[in-house]
Parts: sequence; C-alpha cells; structure tokens
Amino acid sequence: MNLYHYASPSTFYPLAGKLIPWFAALAFILTVVGLYIGFFVAPTDFQQGEGYRIIFIHVPAAWMSMFIYVVMAFWSAIGLAWNTRLSFVMARALAPTGAMFTFVALWTGALWGKPMWGAWWVWDARLTSELILLFLYVGVMALQAAIDDPRRADRAGALLNLVGVINVPIIYFSVTWWNTLHQGSSVSLTRAPSMAQTMLWGMLIMALAAWMYTIAVALSRARTLVLERERQTEWVRAQLEGQP
Amino acid sequence: MAMKPRHRKLALIVLVVATLGVAVALVLNAFNSNLVFFFSPTQVANGEAPTSRAFRIGGLVEEGSIRREADGLTTRFAVTDTAKTMPVIYTGILPDLFKEGKGVVAEGRLGADGLFAATQVLAKHDENYMPPEAASAIEQAQKAQQTVAE
Repeated sequence: MNLYHYASPSTFYPLAGKLIPWFAALAFILTVVGLYIGFFVAPTDFQQGEGYRIIFIHVPAAWMSMFIYVVMAFWSAIGLAWNTRLSFVMARALAPTGAMFTFVALWTGALWGKPMWGAWWVWDARLTSELILLFLYVGVMALQAAIDDPRRADRAGALLNLVGVINVPIIYFSVTWWNTLHQGSSVSLTRAPSMAQTMLWGMLIMALAAWMYTIAVALSRARTLVLERERQTEWVRAQLEGQP
Repeated sequence: MAMKPRHRKLALIVLVVATLGVAVALVLNAFNSNLVFFFSPTQVANGEAPTSRAFRIGGLVEEGSIRREADGLTTRFAVTDTAKTMPVIYTGILPDLFKEGKGVVAEGRLGADGLFAATQVLAKHDENYMPPEAASAIEQAQKAQQTVAE
C-alpha cells in the first residue's frame, strides 16, 4: 500500500466524501444508544443521585478534548517533517471540534460542580490545565487565521500545536501529581474501573460516538479546506464540473 | 551520520518538544507547593501550610463530628486525614455531598485557638460510581468482616 497515494488531495477528496455518511450514521446511532443507557438503563449513584449522569457527556468530551489535541500535534509534526499538504489540513480541520469538546467538558463540569462540590469553578490543577487547553485551541485557530499565506499559517499553527501538546499529560496526570478538588480517574488502563458496569458501558459508548462524530466533521471540514486550497488545479475543476 | 533531511527535521521536532517538556516539568516541580489545592491536617500541624493568610485544608469529615448550631446555618465539624484532626467552624450553605466520612475541602483562616474558621466549604467527590444497592452491600460486607475480626 502506498501511503503517498492517500496523502494526495485528489484521492482524499472523493474517499472522504464516501466515508463521511458512514461515520455520521455511526455517531448518530451510538449517541442514541449511549444516551438511552445513560438516562434510562444506568442506575442512580449512591452518593450523587441523578446528578452524576452528567458523566455521559462530560467524560467523553474531556477525553476527546485531550485526544484531539494529541492527534493535531501528530499531524503537525508529520506536516513539518514531511511537508505534506494534507497533514496540515487535517490538523486545521480538527481544531474547532477539539475546542468545542473542551468547552463542553468545562461547561458540564461547572454545572455538576455547583450542586456536588458547592462551586461552579475552582482554580485547582485539573480545571486550570483544561482551561489552558481551551486557550491553546483558540490560540492555534487565531494564529492560523491571522496569517494570510496558508503555508506560513500552517507552519506557525503547527509549532504552537507542538508546544502546547505538553499540556495534555499535565491535564491527564494533574489529579495524581497534585491534590486537586477534581476526583481521580474512575477508568484507567492499569486497573479495574471503579464504576458500575452499565454506567461504564454508557460512558464508553458515548466516547465512541464522540470519536465517530469527530471523524465525520473533521473529514468534511478537511474536504472544504482541500477544495479551497486546490481550487486552481485540474482535478478540482473536473470534480466540480462533474456535479450537476 | 547521514540522515535524510525529513528524518533530521522529525528528530529536531522531537528534540524540541522533549526539551520543552523537561523545562515545563522543572518549572512545575519548582512551583509544586503552589499547585496543591489544599493541605492535610498533618501538613498544617508540621507547619507546611501558610497559616498567616487564608488557605485550604482537605481531608475527610470525621465520623460523628458534625454539630449544627442553634442559628441553623453555623456548622462545626472536624477534618481528619486519619493521623491528625482539625476542628472547623463554618456559617453558610453546605454542598449536597458534605457527609461524615466523605472528602471535604475548606477554605479559611486558622485561629490562634486552633479552630479553622472556614469561609467556603467544598465537598470533594471520590472516583467511585455505583448504585445504592451495591454501596449498601459493600457496607454490610465490611461490617460482617469487622464482626469476624472481633
């Protein structure tokens, strides 16, 4: 298999167009199933009552906010090293979705924090580092938008991306490195989850739905960017003339 | 050693990110004491907390320590880390998860009499999520174990 073949915008554009409906459909189905489990099947929590159900949105959003940033940094590194146009397009296409998930994580966390902790917001290490992540997303997007030449904008954004990726492990491990008001993780790779089975399933299905949603919207955003950047080429003209 | 230009570039990127990572780690390490959200009663007893200004203490609400005053708003309780215990007084509304034996973070000043006057009390939630039936089953199992041990 030749990876360079898939890295070419003229191959990517129609392929992404075919894939998007599948990912969108999967995202929709998984969201419906996940929310149904979350709101109707999963039991009430012994301490928090019904309020804990925010985790079905909050935790997948927080996971995605960190994961998308790492993927963006990955594409940025590939783009800087190999000078591949599509890598920068992917990094750019992911940023708004990452920012949205970061905002959702912060917002749902605040809604949960008021009744449970007694405060909308506290400046503990977890919350602060997640807020910095939101600023990084916004900063990367603003930087890319501020530079007119797309090649230079890509490189500048990619550099900020790579510098900011250091924040991701800080967010993830903040609850173990320092004492924070935010609780530690209920789910980790190294030990059994401290959570009832159905609650865990609801959360994992919602996380998967968030993945599918991210892939679908990132691909469609990347398609638009590719079209815009390759507008002078022959294949774009052929593509657009082929459409009614 | 001959390296392809793009590999050299990738190595440079990895090196720069790694260097930045080490720098950030050192800075965070230097600020370690400023990054903690609260101090435990043991740390306060050892003089590690900035007792001259407002700070936060954290731990568990000691079992059987909650006393409500006649005005209905003032609460006295004790924060413990199982080694040391600190008495706290607070006037105001307590969060839903404030319970004996559960985590708590209180912000305020330490009085000369050793009483911590809190201006804000936050409940610290743990990472355990389970239905009430499971929680009571665990509780019963622990009680059964205790009776066996006795």
